[in-house]
Amino acid sequence: MREPATESGAHVYDVAIVGAGIVGCAVARELSGLEVDGRPLSVALLEARGDVGDATSKANTAILHTGFDATPGTLESRLVRRGCELLSAYALPAGIPVERVGAVLVAWDDEQLAALPKLAAKAVANGYEHGALIDADEVYARLPHLGTGALGGLVIPDESIICSWTTALAFATEAVRRGADLLLRHELVEVHVGADTTLLVTGAGTVEARWLVNAAGLGADRMDRLLGHDRFTVVPRRGELIVFDKLARALVDHIVLPVPTARGKGVLVSPTIYGNVMLGPTSENIEDRTDTSTTESGFELLVGKGRALMPALLDEEVTATYAGLRAATEHDDYVVDVDAAQRYLLLGGIRSTGLTASMAIAEHAVELLASQGIATIPRRDLPPVPRMPNIGEAFPRPYADARRIAGDADYGRVVCFCERVTRGEVRDALASTIPPSDIDGLRRRTRALMGRCQGFYCGAEVARLLEDDLGRRTTSGGAS
Amino acid sequence: MSTLHADVVVVGAGPAGLTAARELGRDRSVIVLDRETHAGGIPRHSDHLGYGARDLRRVTSGPAYARRLVALARDAGADIRTEATATGWSGERGLEVTSPHGRIVVTGGAVLLATGARERPRSARLVPGDRPSGVLTTGLLQNLVHLQHRSPGRRAVVVGAELVSWSAVLTLREAGTETVLMTTEHERGETWSALRAGARLALRVPVTTRTQVVRVIGKDVVEGVEIRNLRTGRTRVVACDVVVFTGDWIPDHELVRLGGIDLDPATKGPRVDAALRTSRAGVFAVGNVVHPVDTADVAALDGRHVADHVRRWLDSGATPEPGARIVAEAPFRWVAPSLLSAGAGAPSRRRLLLWADDVRTVPRVVARQDGREVGRRSLPWSVAPGRVFRVPWSLLEKADPRGGDIGVGLL
Ligand SMILES: Cc1cc2nc3c(=O)[nH]c(=O)nc-3n(C[C@H](O)[C@H](O)[C@H](O)COP(=O)(O)OP(=O)(O)OC[C@H]3O[C@@H](n4cnc5c(N)ncnc54)[C@H](O)[C@@H]3O)c2cc1C
Ligand SMILES: Cc1cc2nc3c(=O)[nH]c(=O)nc-3n(C[C@H](O)[C@H](O)[C@H](O)COP(=O)(O)OP(=O)(O)OC[C@H]3O[C@@H](n4cnc5c(N)ncnc54)[C@H](O)[C@@H]3O)c2cc1C
Repeated sequence: MREPATESGAHVYDVAIVGAGIVGCAVARELSGLEVDGRPLSVALLEARGDVGDATSKANTAILHTGFDATPGTLESRLVRRGCELLSAYALPAGIPVERVGAVLVAWDDEQLAALPKLAAKAVANGYEHGALIDADEVYARLPHLGTGALGGLVIPDESIICSWTTALAFATEAVRRGADLLLRHELVEVHVGADTTLLVTGAGTVEARWLVNAAGLGADRMDRLLGHDRFTVVPRRGELIVFDKLARALVDHIVLPVPTARGKGVLVSPTIYGNVMLGPTSENIEDRTDTSTTESGFELLVGKGRALMPALLDEEVTATYAGLRAATEHDDYVVDVDAAQRYLLLGGIRSTGLTASMAIAEHAVELLASQGIATIPRRDLPPVPRMPNIGEAFPRPYADARRIAGDADYGRVVCFCERVTRGEVRDALASTIPPSDIDGLRRRTRALMGRCQGFYCGAEVARLLEDDLGRRTTSGGAS
Repeated sequence: MSTLHADVVVVGAGPAGLTAARELGRDRSVIVLDRETHAGGIPRHSDHLGYGARDLRRVTSGPAYARRLVALARDAGADIRTEATATGWSGERGLEVTSPHGRIVVTGGAVLLATGARERPRSARLVPGDRPSGVLTTGLLQNLVHLQHRSPGRRAVVVGAELVSWSAVLTLREAGTETVLMTTEHERGETWSALRAGARLALRVPVTTRTQVVRVIGKDVVEGVEIRNLRTGRTRVVACDVVVFTGDWIPDHELVRLGGIDLDPATKGPRVDAALRTSRAGVFAVGNVVHPVDTADVAALDGRHVADHVRRWLDSGATPEPGARIVAEAPFRWVAPSLLSAGAGAPSRRRLLLWADDVRTVPRVVARQDGREVGRRSLPWSVAPGRVFRVPWSLLEKADPRGGDIGVGLL
């Protein structure tokens, strides 16, 4: 580790953001779009891992929430609603796939049935007016493959599914094109707050900045402690999920949500933006913040619930299983605070709605900084919104696009058969603003290898394409 | 979109599709589509002896076998197009195809589905734990080793003990990887009678039966697997850096399902009769998409068998009457063909193919229809999981294609 001394001539950033999850990426994008004293705000985005969006932001249920069921009056409720608006609008030009499939909360017992009108009222209190109560017949009309025993439902037509991978990448890509420095593999280990600037000691050198933003997700409390605070503790709440084969997609066209009751939350069944069907998540508090393993008991629970919810789903093949960790805390809301003395902004406890709220959290961050006298105005020389490659199933993809193939044969060269990913798309991902550093990163950018064969046919070939490229990048010294 | 037409369109250039193309190429126009860069199917990367005994009457390695079948089909006049993926249907017997040459529709007087079968990966078997690299199927392993010449690791655990599992062990050995354990949930190694003893001696691989992998351990790379003894419930950890999930086949049935063609819930492949006809007129299915899985030569012989039936369809357009379903009863998991229809004749090699979940040394096979026994055979070969059990078709000669379901089980 280097001495925490300012390297002479080292650049001092206006703001350093720690954590390139969906929240940190959204904040970096927002801040790099501003200017102060007639020059662009200079922004560094520090991330411990080798890629953006590689922690909780890659392993969630990827629902763009309306916020209908948030606790009215909380910061979370406000930011989820606003975030939903902002992200829905941003998704279009950025090419982030979103499908407005709508949700049906299904009641399976009298207690849940009685809870539905209260939820409908709560939705209104949260500013969501389009919820509608339906009877059992209508539930089955919308969800013909639902298991028996449904008593009624509440329809939320605007709940949508989205691609969380493309979202984080779009934010980060735009931030980088606006001039932000993305510093991957920079794990923050020490902080020294000075009179005018703060020195961040990372595993890969020091970074100096005037302001510091904590968007460290599961690590936010630890970072907060590095700054001398003791105000919250993150308890990782694990959620395990099962993803079913695309051939199951015909079984369900809406998000089937459980009715939350005193006895806890149930699991949901939902189409995914990639054309699969997802079952989950479980909810279990654990100790180890890195433990994203799946468990036998988790699968048992999901299979049991799934069988009751949608029996035909369980006859389909399972394509993937994974687990994500929500950054829960002892507080029932986001833990957001600005500390003028330390020039430090905390964005913590972004638990189970951070994808939806991300852009609103970023907007809120700018307001908080403004409240501390950082007068910024939007830049006028901004590059266009990046157009991300579409990996959503409901939108045109290269393999099915005769014109694109005619223009470039590599879009007709399918390398991952199950997901129909072409060589052209892999090539584009490898040449993109933020290229992948491993197979998992390539998967999040293209869908390669996330299909039903899990590499039986193409795993070796796709790995070769990536490694050839990584080899080229290291030898040409261009690796970031 | 531009359109291509041929008398026969074959999807899949594996042993089954190539052999059908070779037979039909002699007197019909045939287009074979395969999504890979090279034709040949699975044998291309299965670089060991054991291919071609029943069809070419000469045992060779997988790659040599694949090359031979490609050459024979090409010589017979078939137009083999690689890097051509059929992604869906366009009409009754037309396919949407993506290739570097464009997005096109290929239509045929007849369509043959020969898309093969794959092994279920770890996720489909719901094996919990971490998601490190080093978790493979035999298909991926052989692609890595034989096509990309890469080393999978040092110590492997092989899940499964059927024919393909031994193929994995051979490949691992060639790559310099030690197989520290083979584990199977079954009472005995699936191929216990013929292969296990001999191969075990030759390859010196410890096999534990009635065990199950219950967890994969390791964050970035595999560090081990946790194995449960199904007799005692006790678990232990075996250190390894590679896990190969072998066998547990599932047909590549995407086109079958996208086309709304009847699926056999037991094989999960298309339901076919002895003429290898599916529920859609003029659409046939051959090879491992129908019987997951048999050896390559048997798949190839399907291709030979189907040719006359395809010609008959092309010449007369006759469609079969609905037949009686053939249903596997425990300990059998599936039976193929699974439809008895009038005028279909006997299946390839006059054999009914069955897959079992249990071992029986002196099997007496029985067929029942509408509450009556319609056939019975005592067979000198044993029933064992992990390989196909063959029964003479004559078992069903008294069954009625117009009757109810025909159950095939053991006495
Ligand atoms: C099972 C599950 C389902 C969910 N479903 C939804 C949903 O449907 N809709 C929705 O809107 N939200 C959902 N969420 C919530 C959403 O995924 C999260 O709120 C969001 O991803 C949080 O993003 P983040 O950027 O705060 O955290 P993260 O994605 O965890 O990013 C934090 C980053 O900080 C980095 N970091 C940490 N410490 C340091 C350090 N010291 N130095 C440098 N870098 C560091 C980490 O490596 C990480 O990349 C779900 C979450 C889970 C677990
Ligand atoms: C590891 C291993 C070892 C084996 N060892 C032996 C052995 O020693 N001896 C033996 O006899 N058998 C062996 N087998 C079995 C043998 O390989 C198979 O029986 C045989 O390959 C089946 O032939 P097939 O034509 O039905 O299918 P496959 O060989 O699987 O061919 C199917 C073809 O269809 C193509 N395809 C699928 N979908 C599409 C689509 N939508 N569009 C275009 N193309 C498509 C695929 O790319 C593939 O080339 C082994 C199998 C494995 C996995």
